[in-house]
Amino acid sequence: MTHRMTAAVLAAIGLFVSLYLWLWKIGVLGVLACGEGGCETVQLSAYAVILGVPVAFIGVVGYAAMLAVCLFGLHGAAAERPGATHILLVLSGVGVAFAGYLTYLEAAVIHAWCRWCIASAVIVTAVFATALVGWRTLASSPSPRTSP
Amino acid sequence: MAGPKQLKIFYVALSAVVVIGAGALLVARGRSGTQAAVVAPAPVDTESFPGHVLGSDSAPVTIIEYADFECPACGQYAVLTEPDVRKRLVDSGRVRVIFHDFPLNIHRNTMAAHLAAQCAGDQGKFWQMHDQLYFNQSRWAYERRPAGTIRGLAAGIGLDLGQYDACVNSGKYLARLDQMRDESAARGVNETPTFDINGKRVSGHIPSFDEMRKLVDQAAAAARK
Repeated sequence: MTHRMTAAVLAAIGLFVSLYLWLWKIGVLGVLACGEGGCETVQLSAYAVILGVPVAFIGVVGYAAMLAVCLFGLHGAAAERPGATHILLVLSGVGVAFAGYLTYLEAAVIHAWCRWCIASAVIVTAVFATALVGWRTLASSPSPRTSP
Repeated sequence: MAGPKQLKIFYVALSAVVVIGAGALLVARGRSGTQAAVVAPAPVDTESFPGHVLGSDSAPVTIIEYADFECPACGQYAVLTEPDVRKRLVDSGRVRVIFHDFPLNIHRNTMAAHLAAQCAGDQGKFWQMHDQLYFNQSRWAYERRPAGTIRGLAAGIGLDLGQYDACVNSGKYLARLDQMRDESAARGVNETPTFDINGKRVSGHIPSFDEMRKLVDQAAAAARK
């Protein structure tokens, strides 16, 4: 279950990165620490909101879900089953695709780079990689229920 | 299943992330509270101020720009696109530009910059100050106390600093700026820069000169009909 612990720590870091961007977006934080200011260009662009929901908030929800799944999968009967890893794989896979789309927008449409967004993209990719390793490990080891 | 020792190490690591993350957010929140010094708004007639105007009143196309002096995208527009717009479209009498102040609450130093530009306007140098603020945005936008740097820009364009100081310190135009921000929002502007070109709205990106010229040509053609 090491992969779930690793993914949980990564998801917690991602959660704080998203939380930081979301709190700035809704005006709770007045200044975004971002060097030359590319973060603001990205965060104030039309692409920072999807159907009225700030993209950063989608990140908060996504990371919170990944963290919850990891924690759930560490205890009790869930720790013995592969379900949590499968859900984590799907959630982080969607996250990687979404982060890829956002990174494309930064590079090709907005022409500005938000370091925090890139950090988030790296984190969600690491969660996905961790989940992938965990899934392969689980797939190659015999199930405890079928063991003699 | 993970052993108790492994779980213990995990929860220590997770707790460290939570403590560091929460602490960083609190520090960031504390920094946000260090706003640039602004005095209380003084009463001013705000009834009919449309924004500062550049260009001929008889120009067939009017561009209203809703912008924030601390907004990086506005700065990019001012540096990369606007010089060509002025030279080729405004100076030729085809366009007049109205700068509508939209100081965003999320920016710490922007009100000080907008106030400085309004005070420069008192001395007939709004546009010179506008340019100085944008071209030197990185110098003042991230300062804890930007007033000195902005005052230096005011000195650089030859403002009477006694008059400038009196205007800034009185907060003479803060009420006007608050009203212009509210007006911008009431007109449905939700990002900067936003442009209304004879009523057609352009936002969500930084327009190039070619795009602006095309939009102006279309607006001028529509105005002729």
